[in-house]
Amino acid sequence: MTAEPTETVADHGVPAVHERRTPAPPPVTLIGMPKFPKNAKKELGNAQLRSNLRHATTTIRNKRARVVQELPHWEQLRLAGEAIKNRTLRHLDDYLIQLEESLTANGAIVHWANDADEANQIVIDITRSKGVDEVVKVKSMATQEIDLNEALEEAGIAAWETDLAELIVQLGHDRPSHILVPAIHRNRSEVREIFLEEMGRYGTPPPEGLTDDPAMLAGAARVHLRDKFMRAKVAVSGANFAIAETGTLVVVESEGNGRMCLTLPETLISIVGIEKTLPTFADLEVFMQLLPRSSTAERMNPYTSMWSGVREGDGPQEVHVVLVDNGRTKVLADEVGRQALRCIRCSACLNICPVYERVGGHAYGSVYPGPIGAILTPQLRGTASEVDKSLPYASSLCGACFEVCPVRINIPEVLVHLRNKVVEENPGPSLQNIGMKAGGWLMGKGSRFGMAGKGAEAFGTVWPGSKIGPLPIPGWAAGWTGARDMKKPATETFRDWWKKREKTAGRGDQEGQA
Amino acid sequence: MSAPTGTVALFATCINDLMFPDTPKAVVRLLERLGCTVDFPLSQTCCGQPFTNTGYFKEAMPSVRNYVETFESYEYVVGPSGSCIGSVRDQHPMLAGRLGDPGLQRRVEAIVAKTYDLSEFIVDVLGVTDVGAYFPHTVTYHSTCHSLRVTKVGDRPYRLLKAVRGLTFVELPDSDQCCGFGGTFSVKNPDTSVAMGTDKVRHVLDTGAEYLVAGDNSCLLHLGGLLSRMEAGVRPIHLAEILARTEEDLVEAGTSANSEGGVR
Ligand code: SF4
Repeated sequence: MTAEPTETVADHGVPAVHERRTPAPPPVTLIGMPKFPKNAKKELGNAQLRSNLRHATTTIRNKRARVVQELPHWEQLRLAGEAIKNRTLRHLDDYLIQLEESLTANGAIVHWANDADEANQIVIDITRSKGVDEVVKVKSMATQEIDLNEALEEAGIAAWETDLAELIVQLGHDRPSHILVPAIHRNRSEVREIFLEEMGRYGTPPPEGLTDDPAMLAGAARVHLRDKFMRAKVAVSGANFAIAETGTLVVVESEGNGRMCLTLPETLISIVGIEKTLPTFADLEVFMQLLPRSSTAERMNPYTSMWSGVREGDGPQEVHVVLVDNGRTKVLADEVGRQALRCIRCSACLNICPVYERVGGHAYGSVYPGPIGAILTPQLRGTASEVDKSLPYASSLCGACFEVCPVRINIPEVLVHLRNKVVEENPGPSLQNIGMKAGGWLMGKGSRFGMAGKGAEAFGTVWPGSKIGPLPIPGWAAGWTGARDMKKPATETFRDWWKKREKTAGRGDQEGQA
Repeated sequence: MSAPTGTVALFATCINDLMFPDTPKAVVRLLERLGCTVDFPLSQTCCGQPFTNTGYFKEAMPSVRNYVETFESYEYVVGPSGSCIGSVRDQHPMLAGRLGDPGLQRRVEAIVAKTYDLSEFIVDVLGVTDVGAYFPHTVTYHSTCHSLRVTKVGDRPYRLLKAVRGLTFVELPDSDQCCGFGGTFSVKNPDTSVAMGTDKVRHVLDTGAEYLVAGDNSCLLHLGGLLSRMEAGVRPIHLAEILARTEEDLVEAGTSANSEGGVR
């Protein structure tokens, strides 16, 4: 059932209806997308999702902790990673120009894209110029961010994901829910169902008698992809690192499918966020220790591909690099928020995050979920939509993410900073604004707070029983008491007890009278 | 008014003042027993964290200024909350830097240097781990995120607890995982907060402990609320209240060590 007609504008600007080439993912529309708490509530009700996530994140974070402990200089490595990234960001303008020069000298063609549309158009134009209507893809967050697959689909070009988990997501008409393990929300019996249902519609079908045995599922994917690799003329990738000094792009992966895409097709287009730049080749030493341990909890990842432009008779003979801004220079301008650009997309913060573990990636309404998503998305997209406004609040500020981040992004600090931004942008007379203003004033003086204490004592005295059960008052009261009792205030505040004690002892404000 | 040398100013924290007066009372008893002179300056209020962490920096400033004015004449400021002490240390300098003047910033930095969480003050300043407490019960300890990662109290609470006579300590599985309180997170994201809290409570019940100990009553307010709703019977208790109990107290009271039951 590939027949999902889509309106499209063909070469001559004439709207044409064509059949979809690839499975349709659920649409993403920011306008009207519910806030994080609402999305989270929905996901929390999915028992399968929660057990998949608990199992997957617990396994990987424990393994990460083990391999990190093996390195006595881990903290120094983190400091080095932070320092290199900070230096790069401080002089990003210079390093980008150097990167362009090195790439060009190596025979690569460099493109600059301000936003997603520009980047997508560049890929469309190059692909069309090759006279083909399909590309194979290496797993890449940048292409997810710019929603390249759907842009290509609209232009009549099929983009085939080749990373196993991305393939599962694509065939499942789904969206990724994790940076590194996009199908973390699926278990193997669900994968089997997706393969049985969809694989045959988009290429080589799965073998007869497909079980949910992981080796058999991987085998089915291998056969399905083989055909696509063999006929692909154009590949699209991202890059983990782009080295200014040598004009080298680096892709770090586990499966080897990336290596196939990077070497077999004649034309290679790499979409690279401008913050992926590293000054020198030697800097890789630090990141090749930090990244595999933080992401897959491996001492070393199975495949690291590096290419520096074009080499005659070896690999792609036409190499394009699209350097994408898409909001990054805006992030760079924010003194506190810019540290988010240090991110190397390892996903350690997702795996350790107690919120992510329970709600999964889709609740964040963005390709960047979890703690990094909560600080990156509202900076890249701004905080106009309801979901983006709510993302900085999608955290208990427990700080576990900061502890594991290999480039020491102080995620709680940025979250609080962005909360302040949201507050400043919304100064209207909301209940929260009024309450916070009143509270701020109240806490300005002990005498005022003491008066509030009197009110609390009175409440504590008249409230029947020892606790407050469910309250049908919408908002925060119902939010708390829905599943939790509330302790009632003390019938005597500490300060009143203290005053009495001082009085008895003949001190304090009653001195001399006692 | 300047405080006499060596006096310890108790920063009770606003939530303890109104909701958990037994905790600061216990701190007074404990510190006096350990030989300190304790004062509770009545002008104190809140660390401002509820405002700061919700994004209301301007609204947090009166709390920051008030904290400085209340406590700067004392040699030590001690509070029974890893979270509020963490806020003073971590957020007051940031707030003063952004919204204050250089004078305020200097005063904040000076006061940060002498602000301690209770467990730090006892172990590091008083140099004691056995405080002479007696608590004949089985307890487990939740480390609370801000005690662990902002104030960084380390293993001090464990050392203090393990020196308590009569006490049986049971390790809490995944004790470093957040309980889901998170300040206004608990009401802005109630479903996620409760989901996290429920997992924490499950671990607590697995230990078979009679008491759940923490250095932060705000987390215990949340976990205690869940325990109470499920009628689980495990009692939340602040570390200070255990450390304050002695054998004599027990004899005097003639009862078990529960000064206060129910929800926290
Ligand atoms: S923020 Fe840090 S921990 Fe999270 S994905 Fe980026 S580099 Fe990894």
